[in-house]
Amino acid sequence: MEKAVSGRVIGRTQFEDLVLVPLYAFVAALVLGAVVMFATGVDLATIGQSFVALVRGSVGSLNAVSETLTAAAPLVLAGLGLALGFRAGLFNIGAEGQVIMGGLAAVVAGVALGGMPAIVALPLSILAGALAGALYAGIAGWLRAATGAHEVISTIMLNLISYRLLDYLLRTPLIQKEGRDDPISKSIPEVAELPRLLTFIDVNLRVHAGIFLMLAMVAVAYWLLFRSKLGFEFRASGENAIAARFAGINAGMTIVLAMCVAGALAGLAGANQVLGVLDRATPGFSAGIGFDAIAVALLGRSHPVGVLFAGLLFGALEAGGRQMQVDAGVSIDLIGIIQALIIVFIAAPLLVRALFPWGFRRGPSKKEGS
Amino acid sequence: MSVLLDKARQRQTRITGAVLIALGVLIAVFFAPDAAGSATFRLSRPNDVWPVPNLVVPGGAFIYVVSALLVFLGARQFARGAARWSSLSLGVGLAIAVAAFLVWATVGKSFSLSGMLQASLVRAVPIALGGLAGVLSERVAVVNIGIEGMLLAGAFTGALVGSLAGGVAGLLAAVAVGGVFGFVLAALVVTYRMDQIIAGVFINLFVLGLTSYISSQVFQEYRALNNAPVFRAIEIPFLSDIPVIGPVFFNQNLFVYGAFILAGLATYYLFHTRLGLRARAVGEHPRAADTLGINVYRTRFVNVTVAGMVAGFGGAWFTLGSVGRFDEGMTGGRGFIGLAAMIFGRWHPVGALLAALVFGFADSLQQKLALLRTPIPSEFLAMAPYIATIIVVAGVVGRARAPAADGKPYVKE
Repeated sequence: MEKAVSGRVIGRTQFEDLVLVPLYAFVAALVLGAVVMFATGVDLATIGQSFVALVRGSVGSLNAVSETLTAAAPLVLAGLGLALGFRAGLFNIGAEGQVIMGGLAAVVAGVALGGMPAIVALPLSILAGALAGALYAGIAGWLRAATGAHEVISTIMLNLISYRLLDYLLRTPLIQKEGRDDPISKSIPEVAELPRLLTFIDVNLRVHAGIFLMLAMVAVAYWLLFRSKLGFEFRASGENAIAARFAGINAGMTIVLAMCVAGALAGLAGANQVLGVLDRATPGFSAGIGFDAIAVALLGRSHPVGVLFAGLLFGALEAGGRQMQVDAGVSIDLIGIIQALIIVFIAAPLLVRALFPWGFRRGPSKKEGS
Repeated sequence: MSVLLDKARQRQTRITGAVLIALGVLIAVFFAPDAAGSATFRLSRPNDVWPVPNLVVPGGAFIYVVSALLVFLGARQFARGAARWSSLSLGVGLAIAVAAFLVWATVGKSFSLSGMLQASLVRAVPIALGGLAGVLSERVAVVNIGIEGMLLAGAFTGALVGSLAGGVAGLLAAVAVGGVFGFVLAALVVTYRMDQIIAGVFINLFVLGLTSYISSQVFQEYRALNNAPVFRAIEIPFLSDIPVIGPVFFNQNLFVYGAFILAGLATYYLFHTRLGLRARAVGEHPRAADTLGINVYRTRFVNVTVAGMVAGFGGAWFTLGSVGRFDEGMTGGRGFIGLAAMIFGRWHPVGALLAALVFGFADSLQQKLALLRTPIPSEFLAMAPYIATIIVVAGVVGRARAPAADGKPYVKE
């Protein structure tokens, strides 16, 4: 039994893997989310209301779709970076710090280029964000390559360092808004802003040109990963580091480059936020994007197209979660629980099979290539 | 392979040497000029039984001696390559660099050294217990990134149950909930063969989401649920009267004593009992252990659950051991620093404890230095423990050996 998806014939195993498991994971996470709400004294009517709000706030109107896309863009960008890292066998938890550094650099560049025409100022500001993210991630990559320091710990520490660095830099005269004592950056001049796309319909629609950046990066990541030599080296090192070394792939260089590319994409996510949504940097402007992106990359099975869909789903959850908080008075932190549960069900297909036996082939799962 | 390893090790010692020399030069250039005068360190409190005179250090002279020593250690390291005393010189080098920094910051003022040491010990507790939880689970080859989440779960449960039923009940509940998450981790990685790092990340995200959700959904409204009693310091008679070390070691709360006792117990368990030997066998070579009739799955379940209980106890420190109130994400990366302590301590309970003391020192240093009004921005001081963690993980990791099967799932044939 085979099913045609996007013009290609995929086998039953892949259908189970790519469609059934994520679907069941999503359903199970929503059900458990309802259980958590019920356990904390939310009555059944409100639980129903909050799920209605979740749908209404994510796809229920043009504004809802605009909010979903706005929330999805940084998640997809950072998620692509993490996916590339996973493919290279690197577990980069540092996207949050890379988002922060990228956003900060985009602010600095945007403010500095305020006198330039938009055609120069905007691309350079975006580029500055990517570069800063790449350099910051490169630290962890270099440490791993040169000393063997595990990237999980070093990237977490770099995250914690980046929060302090952000607090400090936002108070320096170069970045701080004139006449303010609190840590807040100068506003981005209009020439460096990512233009909003649908203001001719309604001025409150926030969707901006960052979604083109997002789509372009999905294509670039796909090409890089599956069509370029570098991407082959990333995947080879991730699949079997020892074999890759014997095949003549420079292990250290691959690690550093993979981290830099991952950091550049996370830096783009940060630039996207400050140039497209926030208009400035403040403490905590990264808002956990780097951590949600881990879930996005896992849910998307570290495949660029999968990451795109996973990012859209998480963007929808976030936009819907805000509506849920307004309509039903349920804290948006519930979305965090649902996201964590999606990860665990995705990463443990055996658990999903145990809970939902329907639709899977009988017998123990086989890892067959055919 | 060994040639590669030697090369990496040699590069590592070169880097260490360069770092030491750079530190020495930096200290001489930046600290010496404004270190004229002397620094006063208070070693006892006014009402101590046996007061100890203050320690007065001449600023300039001390700093020049330190920087000369650092350059010497660094040069020796650089020239010799992979020398036997590499870790030791890095340790001594960093220690005297910190001493020079303290002297520089204190010149012309006075600073309570015993107060800072006492705070170091307190702040080392969650890191030590997190590290100990890491040792217990990695010795059976389960990588436990979820310690951060287990600490957070312990902190939350401690506050909630502590407010309802008193401190002791809160502590027991925190330990139990930590154990539950340990069991969940074991179930995910042993039974469902999930990637160990992903399972740990799941636990962290899940606990963060759940505790933040409940604290904003429930605690905002019912503040009485988040107001737990705090365990006070217990003064041990006679021992707490010993000058300097008395108040530091023997006038602390339950959690500090608990961390020391648990580190001792874990050492005894792992290295002096039959069960501990079996646990280590499972971590080094699960197939061989299985062949000898050891139940690999059960050993992993038991040890990871116990590790979760230790982390739950450590988590309770955040609420029952210090402020009595839970805040969202209050563990602030201590679980990960605990993992660094585990690596630094070479997967040994006592090693992890000692490493945690170093991190606790860095943590309390930044806090107390804020009081001295140094020209260094407080944000940079706050980074100190994190930077120390990176240096430690980068500097030691090549020389410390993890359990051989660490991170690998075991599938029974």
